[in-house]
Amino acid sequence: MLGPGIAAYLVLSVVLFATGAFGVLIRRSPLIILLALEIMLNAGNLALIAFSRQQADADGQIFALTVMVVAAAEAVLGLGLIVAVSKKRVELDVDRLTSLRG
Amino acid sequence: MDAGDVLVWIVWILAALALLSSGLAVVLFSNPFYSALALIGNLASLAVLYLLLAAEFVAAAQVLVYAGAVVVMFVFVIAYLGGRADAPWAGGPTLQSVAAVVATAAIAIQIVVAIALTAGDELSAPADVTDTFGSPQEIGTLFLSDHLLAFEVTSIVLLVAAVGGVVLASGIPGDRTE
Repeated sequence: MLGPGIAAYLVLSVVLFATGAFGVLIRRSPLIILLALEIMLNAGNLALIAFSRQQADADGQIFALTVMVVAAAEAVLGLGLIVAVSKKRVELDVDRLTSLRG
Repeated sequence: MDAGDVLVWIVWILAALALLSSGLAVVLFSNPFYSALALIGNLASLAVLYLLLAAEFVAAAQVLVYAGAVVVMFVFVIAYLGGRADAPWAGGPTLQSVAAVVATAAIAIQIVVAIALTAGDELSAPADVTDTFGSPQEIGTLFLSDHLLAFEVTSIVLLVAAVGGVVLASGIPGDRTE
């Protein structure tokens, strides 16, 4: 295998996951929290594909593609929820979205 | 170290720098619109890394599905709602931001320790792969043979999510509470 070994990809994946987790913890806007969640899912995908390459087993890539689909579905539902919340004239701030009853 | 190896190293370092800086940009831009645009750079540099890991089909799907569809949806919703600035760290470090840094570092250390303890000695020698590894043909064969159930369930998940997204965003017909 040319270039850096699998461990380098895994380190990248960990740092990217930590970045996404930091975003989820620190931001208040649900839109950016969703974006940071996408980063975390992508970091998981990178680790899956790195392990798949290391084992020379394409099952990991199948798993990564499935994660991609779940991430797309999650983004659709999350954005739908945000639009539904914004229609109630509630401020988009997760610190204030404490009640599920409109 | 031959020329091909040096080339792959250069590409890897550039992609890694782009990946980490665009990831930080997504998290730290106060304007959600800029964050969504930075996510495109993040996804594109991930696709480069996937190519280096012999995952051609996943790289193509990454660009098409994420940069092509998911980010467009994000940009559309942000434009619809009007992206408001949100900079919780503006007034200096708060208890929450310090706690977030500590928690993030703890998560990262935990993952590194877990991987190093379970797989540390196996990571140094990746197996050799053939030229067809990760090609659309191989992925398609796997999806329609070993992973057929996952493939079919995936289509139902996508359908339910699409219908659910429309219902959530447009409101249930006959529901007058809005």
